[in-house]
Amino acid sequence: MLYHDIVIIGGGPAGLAAAAAAKEAGISDILILERDEMLGGILNQCIHNGFGLHTFKEELTGPEYAQRYIDRVLEEKISYRLHSMVIDISRDRQVTYISREEGLVRLQAGAVILAMGCRERPRGALNIPGYRPAGIYSAGTAQRLMNIEGYMVGKEVVVLGSGDIGLIMARRMTLEGAVVKLVAELMPYSGGLKRNIVQCLDDYGIPLKLSHTVVDIHGKERVTGVTIAQVGADRKPVPGTEEYYSCDTLLLSCGLIPENELSRQAGLEMDRITSGPVVGDDLETSVEGVFACGNVLHVHDLVDYVSEEAARAGRQAARFVREPRKKEKKQEAILKAENGVRYTIPQHLNVDRMDDQIVVRFRVDNIYQNKSVVVYFDGKETMRRKKRILAPGEMEQITLKKSGFSDCPDVKEIRICLED
Amino acid sequence: MKRELTCIGCPLGCALTVEIDNSGDIQVTGYTCARGKDYAIKEVTCPTRIVTSTVPVDGGMISRVSVKTEHDIPKDKIFDVMDEIRRTAVNAPVRIGDTVIEDCAGTGISVIATKNVESV
Repeated sequence: MLYHDIVIIGGGPAGLAAAAAAKEAGISDILILERDEMLGGILNQCIHNGFGLHTFKEELTGPEYAQRYIDRVLEEKISYRLHSMVIDISRDRQVTYISREEGLVRLQAGAVILAMGCRERPRGALNIPGYRPAGIYSAGTAQRLMNIEGYMVGKEVVVLGSGDIGLIMARRMTLEGAVVKLVAELMPYSGGLKRNIVQCLDDYGIPLKLSHTVVDIHGKERVTGVTIAQVGADRKPVPGTEEYYSCDTLLLSCGLIPENELSRQAGLEMDRITSGPVVGDDLETSVEGVFACGNVLHVHDLVDYVSEEAARAGRQAARFVREPRKKEKKQEAILKAENGVRYTIPQHLNVDRMDDQIVVRFRVDNIYQNKSVVVYFDGKETMRRKKRILAPGEMEQITLKKSGFSDCPDVKEIRICLED
Repeated sequence: MKRELTCIGCPLGCALTVEIDNSGDIQVTGYTCARGKDYAIKEVTCPTRIVTSTVPVDGGMISRVSVKTEHDIPKDKIFDVMDEIRRTAVNAPVRIGDTVIEDCAGTGISVIATKNVESV
């Protein structure tokens, strides 16, 4: 059977950064499997700027950011296959993919890095009543059609959901001559960045209605309009608040879901909150030698953090290939998210083996002002960081240092929570 | 003149009020850090934006190439710039940084490619 030291599933920002880092760590037998026709993943259609401020200290567009990593992969002569769709990963790290040129291929990987990214929540998962006419797109699909294929998807638009892709598309369609009538957001706050609300909506006079949702879609062949209603604290529509908006297009920007069919098939332990695999501080999943990074692990706010996390996964996979080991029996410390903190990545940590410092990323469940992020080791407070603002749309992070465990090497529970 | 703005510096999104009196003095209120004040002054004196879009490519591996204004342009020129971008097409190959439109819409700023497109 064909063998590669590291097989990376997905050639988007996570896969590319993982490959570059694994190569830098001394592994040269790397294969990236990408199902699309080019490397770069979702960045190819994110033609707006604002990427890379952390990584490159400059503002790049999505394609430019992707090219920096594609260039590294090409320079390092890391091999990749396009049009190649992985259909199975086994617990002993056999990867099966299909491609038009090669047919069905099965290969053995020394280590596997999962970097499949995420996809958008579709209409079917939103339970919007009404007909099923043409003209309903997820915001990312519309983005691909416009920015890559060059099709204008509509002229009169309503956007449901104020996630960043929805906001970016509201501006994009306005610039291309469409009229965006409104962005409706179910929650009482937007999940998008402030900068996008100002520069994508306010700049063009597009109204944002918080605590509003679509309660009916009209039109048989093509969308002719939508009915919007206010929602109460229970997020249920308030009778009598319905308003009709004529439009030919409805864009849905209602959240992203890590794409983990392969992970579930492989029997990886999954996190109910992130919808991604459970990982340790080395980003290894519950299956030995299978690592995860990027949006397949948890949905990120900035690509810079995806690249950083993926590089870590690349280094750890390289280490695993060089020094094969069995999963240690030692009980690892469990990270517990509580009181406003929705989840943590990683979910557990090996004090003996951990790097000198590790970044723990998490999200909060609401907008909070003047709260502290507090860390407890087995009930003992070890860190307190005051935050002026915490928002669900932004990823938060704290750094745990190995030296911080010197007087408690056997800690069993690391609790992260918000306090006044 | 009085204008209400939302600061984009951080998720706090402070509600800023900017007042400009007849002598041109600018008063900003509502900010909670220096970035907020700077942002408000820039927004009322010379607001600028980077504009990004795509143009068709002839003879390329893909049919469109993404572009951006090389630097930020005055906000009130956004639609003039878009009009000119919409009238433009390029031939493959295109490299990141290639000039697609020189001095776009009289702004003195070029529009450049942000993606490599190889010839067929």
